[in-house]
Amino acid sequence: MKLDTQLLADVTAFLNIEADMLDNKEYLQWLDLWLESGLYIVPVEHNATDYANTLNVAYDDDEMRKLRIERLTSGDAISTQLGEKTVRTMSRFRILDDIDGFVRVRCAYSLYENNKNGLRIYPANLQFKLVRDGGSFKIAEKIVKVMKSSEHLTTVNYLF
Amino acid sequence: MNTEIKVKNLNSTADLVLEDRVHKSLYSNPEIFDEELDKIFNNTWVWVAHESEVPEAGSYKTASIGRQPVIVVRDRKKNIHVMLNRCRHRGATVCEGKSGKTKAFTCPYHGWGYGLDGSLRALPKPEEYENILDKAEFGLVKVRTESYNGMIFATLKDDLESLDEHLGGAKKWIDLFMKQGGGYPLQTLGDHRFRFPGNWKIQLENTTDAYHFPIVHKSFIASVDEEAAEVFDFLDGEGYVEDLGNGHSVMVMIPELVDLEENLDEPIPERFEDLAKSLADEGHSDEEVRRLVRAVGGSGFNLNLFPNIACSMAFFRNLVPISANETEIHHIAIGGKGAPQAFNQKRIRLHEHFQGPMGFGTPDDGEAWERVQAGSMAGTDGWIMVNRGMSKLSTSADGNVKGAVCSETGMRAAYQKYKQMMSVESGK
Ligand code: FES
Ligand SMILES: [Fe+2]
Repeated sequence: MKLDTQLLADVTAFLNIEADMLDNKEYLQWLDLWLESGLYIVPVEHNATDYANTLNVAYDDDEMRKLRIERLTSGDAISTQLGEKTVRTMSRFRILDDIDGFVRVRCAYSLYENNKNGLRIYPANLQFKLVRDGGSFKIAEKIVKVMKSSEHLTTVNYLF
Repeated sequence: MNTEIKVKNLNSTADLVLEDRVHKSLYSNPEIFDEELDKIFNNTWVWVAHESEVPEAGSYKTASIGRQPVIVVRDRKKNIHVMLNRCRHRGATVCEGKSGKTKAFTCPYHGWGYGLDGSLRALPKPEEYENILDKAEFGLVKVRTESYNGMIFATLKDDLESLDEHLGGAKKWIDLFMKQGGGYPLQTLGDHRFRFPGNWKIQLENTTDAYHFPIVHKSFIASVDEEAAEVFDFLDGEGYVEDLGNGHSVMVMIPELVDLEENLDEPIPERFEDLAKSLADEGHSDEEVRRLVRAVGGSGFNLNLFPNIACSMAFFRNLVPISANETEIHHIAIGGKGAPQAFNQKRIRLHEHFQGPMGFGTPDDGEAWERVQAGSMAGTDGWIMVNRGMSKLSTSADGNVKGAVCSETGMRAAYQKYKQMMSVESGK
């Protein structure tokens, strides 16, 4: 197997920026990373494939992404008022394929959250579909398969 | 009114429930929690599933009665059984996972095999049981089960009143709630499950608490269009709460949406225009489009069924007590079996918008519940007030006690049933 280390490096750099924006709550810049037709999905069941016709934890199109950012930043939502800190780490990046300008990539992901209930950790498998955009990428799809999402989660006041 | 009732003169849990208030220790005392599992969850009809969750022969769902794991399963003859999830040999669970389909339940430990009706069919190396084990006596333990309009309940108490009697005045509201399939039978469409660090009764109260809606759900209301925001602005409307007896209550928030088969000629709300158009494009008649659109947002009321299930506007809310200070909630999405895909898809999206761990509503409810649990620890003594609306009660057309939509009439109904059940001496 020949590795395209340049593509891997480009993709990794882009996804690190995405995670950094979420940890630092740079939500408006984060919205700019998306294709308008892009979908942000947190499934309940990890073996689901027809997300549109399945109940998800989150299924955000462009409109819902904007509404969600509005909710997270407006200060109206009591669950967001403490502005808890998150730390994300990513590793194990693997390019799955690179077809017709779309790069599909998978990686391991851990989100650490500190709030009044203590420190919580959410490990997840993250899968992106990226489309080349000038020297960078735009997100066509982000699917976050959070461990325990089909058993039970706690309430979540940020984006995975 | 005396707010300084001292608890030290009281000696049983039932005494901690007065008509207008309950003692804060009901949220956090582990001994009271154990007593509740025994006197309430082991002594009443506990909701375990909707029939559509076990649609075919062999379909099963795992559930619990209090802390006891049970299996809800449909056998080959399509009969539904609820059985304790405990192998009759040395006790292993014979079924794991949320739901699925199987031909039989085989214990993973030594391989005892049970049929879908719980009967013990076969076991490896039977010689050593010769003359000492009658298979007919070692089936999975069956729990008494009855259903009403698709809602499956089970009870560990063989001499309990029938489910029909238990539900009583709530049955009418269950029937109304089931109309939201839009002309199709109701079907569950998956669920959101999450836990919060707080007592189960905080959630029980919340389903009949309209008072919090404009405060806690401000950010949700900000995320919907003006017309919808007006629909959710129900505190000054004609809504009401009725005590339905046996701890059950109904909170009608949007009276126009009590019966989804009425007023089909109302104008289509703007937020459902796209849905109406795609249904019409698929060839559905104007009447059917109107019926589906009217049903898509759910019923205008929350029906709270004591102790663990609510038919809440557009979904089922099932509470599972974990410990005195932890509760698991299942928000079960529903739609119509065989209904147009656009209808069920819209219902799923509406559910995701408000409900679940990342909804625009649930996390704020969760924050409020966590604060109640934490705040209730303050002080060595103190009460939770549930007296709102007590001076303005009236009698409903059905002869029930009725209060304003944002009264605490439903909470008082639940707590009076709770008090009655907790007053029974242990072991009876
Ligand atoms: S515990 Fe089930 S077969 Fe032994
Ligand atoms: Fe709420």
